[in-house]
Amino acid sequence: MSNTKYILGSFADPDDMMHGIEKLQANNISIYDCFTPMPIHGIEAKLGVKPSRLPIAAFCFGALGTCLGFSLLYYTMAHDWPMNVGGKPSLPLPNFVPVTFEVTILLCALGMVATFFFRNHLFPGRTPRVMDLRASDDRFIIAVDAHENTDHALVESLLNDAGAVEVKYNERKYVSYE
Amino acid sequence: MGTHNHHHDYNFSEKFQFAGIAKILSLVGIAVGIIAIVMGLISSDHIMVERTYANLLLMGYYFTCVCAAGAFFVALQMVTQSGWSAGLLRIPQAMAGILPIAAVILLVIVGLGLTSHNLYHHWNAEGLTDPNSPAYDKLVAGKSAFLNVPGFLIRQILFMGSYSIFALILTKLSYKEDLEGGLNSYKKSFKLSAIFLVIFGFTTPIWSFDTIMSLEAHWFSTMFGWYNFAAMWVSGIATIVVIVILVKKAGYLSWVNENHLHDLGKLMFGFSIFWTYVWFAQFMLIWYSNIPEETVYFYKRWEPEYKPWFWLSIIINFVAPLLLLVDRDAKRKNGMMLFVAILLLCGHWLDYYIMIMPGTVESHRGFGYIEIGTAIGFVGLFTFLVMSKLSKHPLAPKNHPFMDESLHHQI
Repeated sequence: MSNTKYILGSFADPDDMMHGIEKLQANNISIYDCFTPMPIHGIEAKLGVKPSRLPIAAFCFGALGTCLGFSLLYYTMAHDWPMNVGGKPSLPLPNFVPVTFEVTILLCALGMVATFFFRNHLFPGRTPRVMDLRASDDRFIIAVDAHENTDHALVESLLNDAGAVEVKYNERKYVSYE
Repeated sequence: MGTHNHHHDYNFSEKFQFAGIAKILSLVGIAVGIIAIVMGLISSDHIMVERTYANLLLMGYYFTCVCAAGAFFVALQMVTQSGWSAGLLRIPQAMAGILPIAAVILLVIVGLGLTSHNLYHHWNAEGLTDPNSPAYDKLVAGKSAFLNVPGFLIRQILFMGSYSIFALILTKLSYKEDLEGGLNSYKKSFKLSAIFLVIFGFTTPIWSFDTIMSLEAHWFSTMFGWYNFAAMWVSGIATIVVIVILVKKAGYLSWVNENHLHDLGKLMFGFSIFWTYVWFAQFMLIWYSNIPEETVYFYKRWEPEYKPWFWLSIIINFVAPLLLLVDRDAKRKNGMMLFVAILLLCGHWLDYYIMIMPGTVESHRGFGYIEIGTAIGFVGLFTFLVMSKLSKHPLAPKNHPFMDESLHHQI
């Protein structure tokens, strides 16, 4: 067994990379992930990536915001010191709508950003997880798990056939940790 | 998928065949409408005649708004250089193409309503602006520099005329593009669309102040124009959705798929929320400040005969699309989108009903053969005209510069 953890096929052209994915899949080689400097339409469906669960997090944060916003208004305007504004009842629901709405949006947006940062290890103080530094520049990367797919020669030849400009054997998962 | 996609060979020059049951139904609809309207107009009961006029105004305005929203859609896609919508542009173009007819119908309705005093009698009656008359109305007299018959009619002709001219030129340029190719039509459309959007944006609020808000001439709201614009835009998008789905079901528009439907769904969902936002902004400020001359509008609509309808409108136009379309998959399903689009079209009929009826028939509100018959008549007329227009030209603007992008649209 070699110490290689991941085999990375580096492509200069997104079409070649998509072609490489097809070739690997045709040979029953499982793809760990792909990294591209720009969004490629249809790649999620091709790789069988499940839809993001971010909307569920967004809904939960939004619901939390609704509760907090309403509680704040209820406590300050109706419970702790009932306010008489313009002769309206001290629990004027239409007036509560804008603030409740704004707090909902605020928590929803902040919560989604926090969730995204957390899931992607992007928050301050964390080293980002990057498998190939040029994936955010000009290369399209296919990563193959070297332990799951033991025929490394086949992987390399398939990647080269598809037009990979470089095939790397990485002994570390994240090069950014060095 | 994606950059690899070898799409099928679509037949971009196919034309919609408007025949059979669809054509018969639309003609039956027109006949039903004419019978209902004539029965209402020849009635010996003055209230019935007034109610018919109110319904004619409602449907005439709705009809014109939906067609104008078609023109607005086309112009908006041009100015934003949107690619996704290129494949389905022929449908809003067909709607825009019949805007002149809708405008003439609405002009006849408001003209007859004005002269026969069945509409706009709150500001157009004997002696309202004459200080020596017993009917003298200080508020209306103060507004008469703007709200007078010649000014009203000139504005109607000017506004609807300019929308119609732009709508016609924009559709003509696109049909020309089919034959000639090149970028000339596109560049011209871009410029004209930008000018049209500015004119449309500034004049539609005034147009709705005139056509609808002046029915209750004492009352005013600066939000009213945006409120009407939101209703117009939502119902326009809902109409596009209905036509796209039904035309697709008939076996056409194979290049329009669930991705395009998803975008239309997002617009329909988003602008239903926008409609609610504007509606609520108008409502809350009036409720909060509680000034009699402003609250009169909601006071009338909270009378027992209007209150259930008033709340039903909020449920149909806000709660229903919010709950039914919030899910991603719902916006990609033909059945759900068709259901919500038709529901919203009914909802905005109700929205206009609540805007118009308390200022025209007031407490003699009704929901009977006049309301249903007039609505069926105008739906039939709209279907007949739009589908005839659609069948005259190919269903895809094949030389549109973003056609290819539209085919590959994926979200």
